Formats: sequence, structure tokens, C-alpha cells
Amino acid sequence: MDAWKWDLFFGSFPYVARGLLVTLKITLFGSLLAYALGLLFAVLLRARIPVAHQLLRGFIEAIRSTPVLVQVFVLFWLMPQATGIKLDAETTGVLALGVHYACYTADVYRAGIDAVPAGQWEAATALSLPRSRVWLGVVLPQAVPRVVPALGNYTISMFKEVPLLLAIGVLDVLNRAKEFGADNYRVIEAYTMAGLVFLALSYPASILVRRLERRVAHP
Amino acid sequence: MVRFENVIKRFGDNEVCRELSFTVAPGEFVTLIGPSGSGKTTILRLLMTLERVTSGLIEVGGEPLSHMPRGKGLVPADEKHLRKVRKRIGMVFQQFNLFPNMDVLRNVTEAPVHVLGESRDAAEAHAMALLEMVGLADRAREHPTRLSGGQQQRVAIARALAMRPDVLLLDEVTSALDPELVAGVLALLRKIASTTDITFLCVTHEMGFAREVSDRVMMFDAGRVVEEGTPDVLFTDPGHERTRAFLHAVLDRR
Amino acid sequence: MPENLDFILRTVLQGLPYTAGAAAGGIALTAVLSFAAGLALLSRSRTVRVVSRVYVEGFRGTSEVVQLFWIYFALPVLVGLQLVPLFAGILVLGLNHGAYGAEIVRGAVRSVPRAQYEGAVALNLGPAQRMRRVILPQAVVEMLPPFNNLFIQLLKNTSLLFLIQVPEIFRQGEILRPQYGGQLGLIYLVLAVLYLALALLITFATGRLERVAARRLGRKAPGRAGVPATGGGL
Repeated sequence: MDAWKWDLFFGSFPYVARGLLVTLKITLFGSLLAYALGLLFAVLLRARIPVAHQLLRGFIEAIRSTPVLVQVFVLFWLMPQATGIKLDAETTGVLALGVHYACYTADVYRAGIDAVPAGQWEAATALSLPRSRVWLGVVLPQAVPRVVPALGNYTISMFKEVPLLLAIGVLDVLNRAKEFGADNYRVIEAYTMAGLVFLALSYPASILVRRLERRVAHP
Repeated sequence: MVRFENVIKRFGDNEVCRELSFTVAPGEFVTLIGPSGSGKTTILRLLMTLERVTSGLIEVGGEPLSHMPRGKGLVPADEKHLRKVRKRIGMVFQQFNLFPNMDVLRNVTEAPVHVLGESRDAAEAHAMALLEMVGLADRAREHPTRLSGGQQQRVAIARALAMRPDVLLLDEVTSALDPELVAGVLALLRKIASTTDITFLCVTHEMGFAREVSDRVMMFDAGRVVEEGTPDVLFTDPGHERTRAFLHAVLDRR
Repeated sequence: MPENLDFILRTVLQGLPYTAGAAAGGIALTAVLSFAAGLALLSRSRTVRVVSRVYVEGFRGTSEVVQLFWIYFALPVLVGLQLVPLFAGILVLGLNHGAYGAEIVRGAVRSVPRAQYEGAVALNLGPAQRMRRVILPQAVVEMLPPFNNLFIQLLKNTSLLFLIQVPEIFRQGEILRPQYGGQLGLIYLVLAVLYLALALLITFATGRLERVAARRLGRKAPGRAGVPATGGGL
């Protein structure tokens, strides 16, 4: 048996590419959820509502210290039992990754909000702006640009984490490669292709983020 | 002991040493004065091999420092050569640069043990004698950050002396100290200068000290030696307008 | 129900040695690779830097799950050697997180003030001595908080090993699912508690190390507040 077959390597590409569309879709919606939910968490934590604050902190800690796989399985297997709501595998993936990463982006937003000088809050208060205007008009426009690189990093991480969803049958890059491998009784070429597809997208993306980081640090 | 020959040092477009040539005799105490940015500190850093010359030659004890002989000519020095010539030179820094991961005694013994290959016992005995001389023997087991700035600088001096240097470079060693701690450090340096035959190159703004201990003072401006002479002549009757203006400014500031 | 609980607990706990072993092995390998690759990134030799850079970017750029599948299912085709699942898992955990750790080591070494390097040069310490005796002891304090995050990430990712049939606790939970579907909540709660406990153990250990290292530098032990969390570790 020879060690490498180029025709299988190139032949796997259409399959892997089809999986890539699914991977990208999940990354996109998962990221949007993580961005929005993380911001909500950060603002809620800042409000220091007595019991809700502790509950939310506990929730974030629990999500962050348990594997995302556990969370995926809770949503996929336990939630239908408990609530009767059954989501398909891709939606489960979006929800699980989105919530998981929101518990990280919440911290990113918190740091961004903390970096807005106290004088800005005081000036806004001195103008007796309503609370919503202080947030939407003064604080967030200053905080959000600072956090964009960190959010970008989490999106790249999420992209690379999508393959674990093959555990619930999502037909992502890796699952398609696996399928192709099974059809041809050889997996090495297809898995290599899958790895290279991830590298080809995440490496340039991470360079982009690093450049953004530098621009944010030295405007 | 130290010889500069047509030394040029540039940082980008900024030429900090312009064809500098001078020599320092063994045992001589030479003080470098001049406005900031005139290149004095760069000279010490070149000697300590913390910077490399752009062109020209530096010799210490007759050996080329920045270059090493190969074949007939000289090529830029490698790490091995640098380690050989560095043996002769010690340096005390403005910010002390003590190692926070070691106690006071360890700061003094680390290099003798690991560079000179002294036994730990011998190195510690020598270090304790030096700490005794700088008045800090009782603080040997303390952490450097627990010491005052003046005490840290005295430890740094002991640490440099432990390497038995032929040449000691003093880079604004009292500039970072609170005024009341300056006198103790200067008194210590005076004692070392008068009791050893170490060659000193000293950058300082303490003109009283410079006048008292120096054999020779060199006035720098814009990367050149403007004038040099014994402290008595240079401080009382400077020949150059630049020197006069500079001395006027620093002495007035006090 | 109580007897079920007993059985569920016993079954899941059978996986604990595998989870703990994978985490411990992965952490040990991560530590070694982080230092080796991190110092290599700072090497004077361009070749050494490039080799290390390729390793770091290669493992950070491809997905950890893909790496797991590659080493477990694909590598045997090339070298004709089938790894025991647990070892394949430890290898991937270490290689992957070591690539992230390399950047931690590099960053921490570069954060040590240049004056410390100059002080060491003035005492004529050689390059290796400067690194080992002066720079690294100070850099380690900076490394420990991000390493703590990295190690917890690694612990969580031991669950991925269920995909290559390692009988760690997550897989033990999966074995129970068909028959004990009614107690899924309980099963996942047990898993969560175990991961949480192991994470606390790691944080406790690195916290101790950090205090020791900080005391050596004459600093007060830094608080953990405000330590930025690392990203997902894949």
C-alpha cells in the first residue's frame, strides 16, 4: 500500500468544501450570538442587580469550567426531555458555542468598558443624559472598537471548535472528510485536506486580528 | 587601559559618537560630563558591549573589544570573544539592576560562581567581605527590594567588585537616589577609588564629587570631546564656551 | 433512584483515572513543549525561529479535533504504528496546547525589563546563564496566570478524547445514556461537578506555584482578579 494518494487528496476537496459552508454558517451565527449575549452579560454584571448578579456570575463560571461538549449534549439530549423542545444538530451547535463563547466575550466587554475613563461617565452624568444614552451614546462607542480584536480571536477559536459537533452528527468539514474517507477506505488524505482548510482560513484571519490589535493599541 | 579609535556610533540617523578617539591609563579615574544626549552614557554602554560600534575600534587592556583578530584583519566579535574581554569590565547602573529573584548575597556571588568558577564558599566569603565594606553585611540574606535605593546601589557596587574588574564603569549611579542617600554612595566610591588600582570611567552630574576624585575630566557635546583636563583646570578655568555654559547651568541648578 | 445514582457514579468515576491521566500527561507535555518552542521563538538562529514558528502556527491554525483524528486514524497509515488511544490523546493535547504555551513563554520572557539582561551582561554571564539564572525565574511569575487558563482549557478538552474511544468520564457518561436516559440531568451534573473539581485543583496548584515564585521576587502574591482569560484552546 503506498503511503499517499494525491487523487484522494484532491478528490476530497469538494466534500470538505461542502462541509466548510456548514462550519462557516455555524461560526457566523455562533459568533453573532456570542457577541450579543456577551455584551448583555457585561452590561448586566455592571448593573450589580443583587441576586441576578451572583446567579449570572455562577452561570458564567460553570460554563467556562466545563467542556463545551457537555453543554452541547445537554442541549441536544437533555433539553428535549426536560422541555419538549427539540433542536436540530446545527442549531444546537450554534446555541452551545454561542452561549459558551458569550461567557468569554463578557469579560472582553467588561475590560473594554472599564477602559473608558471615569471622566466620561461623570461628564455624561453631568449632562443628565438618560441611562440608555450614556451606554449607547457615550460608553459603548468608545468601548466596542477596543474589543474588536479580542472578539475576532474568539471567532477564530470557535471556527476551529466546530468539528466537535460531529459528535451530534453535524456535517461539518471533518465529518465530510470522514465520510469521504469511509467511502474510499482511506482517511489520511481527507483529514489532511480538512486540516489544511482550517489553516488556510484561520492563519490569515489571525494575522488580520494581530494587525487590528496593533492598531487598537497604538492609534 | 582603554582606547577608543575613530569610534562612530549611530542610532538610525542620530550620530551619538562622532569619530571619537581617546585613551584612559591604568588606574586613572576619568569623569565624563556634558549635557544629556552628548554620548557619555553610550561610551560606557559600548565598553560594556551593551551596544556595538558602527565603525572604529575599542581596545581594553590592549585587546580589541568589539572586534576579534582573524587572519590578518579584524572581524566583529562573537559571544565567546565578548565573554573573554568582558571579564575585565564591570558596570554599576543608574537603576541598580539587581536581580529580584535572588537575595543580596546571591546577587553578589552568582557571577563569581558561575562565570569565574569560584567555589560557593570562597565566593560567599569574598562577598561577605565586600558587603562588610559597603556596610550591608547584616542585610546579606534579605531581598533586594526590601532595601532603600542607596543600599541597593551599594549592593550593586559590591556585586561589580566581586568580579575583580580592571575597569569599572559608573553610569549616573546616584541619579536615581533620594538626595539624602547620595552622600553615602559617593563616600563609598571615593574609598574604593583611593584604595584600589581599578580604572574608572564615570558619568555623573555630581560636580563636587567629580572634582574631588577625578584625575581627568572630559567634556562632551554632540558626540565629541569638547575639551579635557584636570578637574582643577577644567572646573575653574574652562577653555571652551560650551564647557563654561554647561558648568554654569549645572552648578546653578544646585 | 438511589441505587441508580450509585451505579451512575461508579460508572462515571471509572473514567476519572483516564481524564486525570490525560490532563496530567497533556499538561506535562504542554509545559515541556511551551518552553522548548517558546525559547526557540526567541533564538538568535533564524532557522530555529522558523521551525518553531511553523510548529506554533501549524498547531494553532488547524483544529484540535482534526489533529486528534489525524494522529489517531491517519498517522498509522503513514508510519504503520497504531497508538494507544490515551497516548494519541495526550500527544495531541500536548502538541496543541504547547503551541499556545509557546507564545505565553515568549511573551513573558520579553516582558522582563531589558535592564535585567544588561545587569547580567555586565556580570559576564553567558547567554544560557542569563536566561536560566536571571530572566526565566522572573518570567515564570508572569507565565503562571495564563498557563492556568491554558491548563483548564486542556482539562476541558480531554472530553474530546471520547471521539477516539478513550474511556474517560465523558465517554462513560455516553455509555450510560441509552439505558439511563431518564437520569440524563444527573449524569451531566456529575460530569460538570467532576470537571469543576479538577479545574479547581489546577487553579489551586498554579496559585501555589505563583505565590512561591512571587515571594522569590520579593513581591506580594498577586491576586487572581483581572487576569485575562485565554480564548478557546482549540
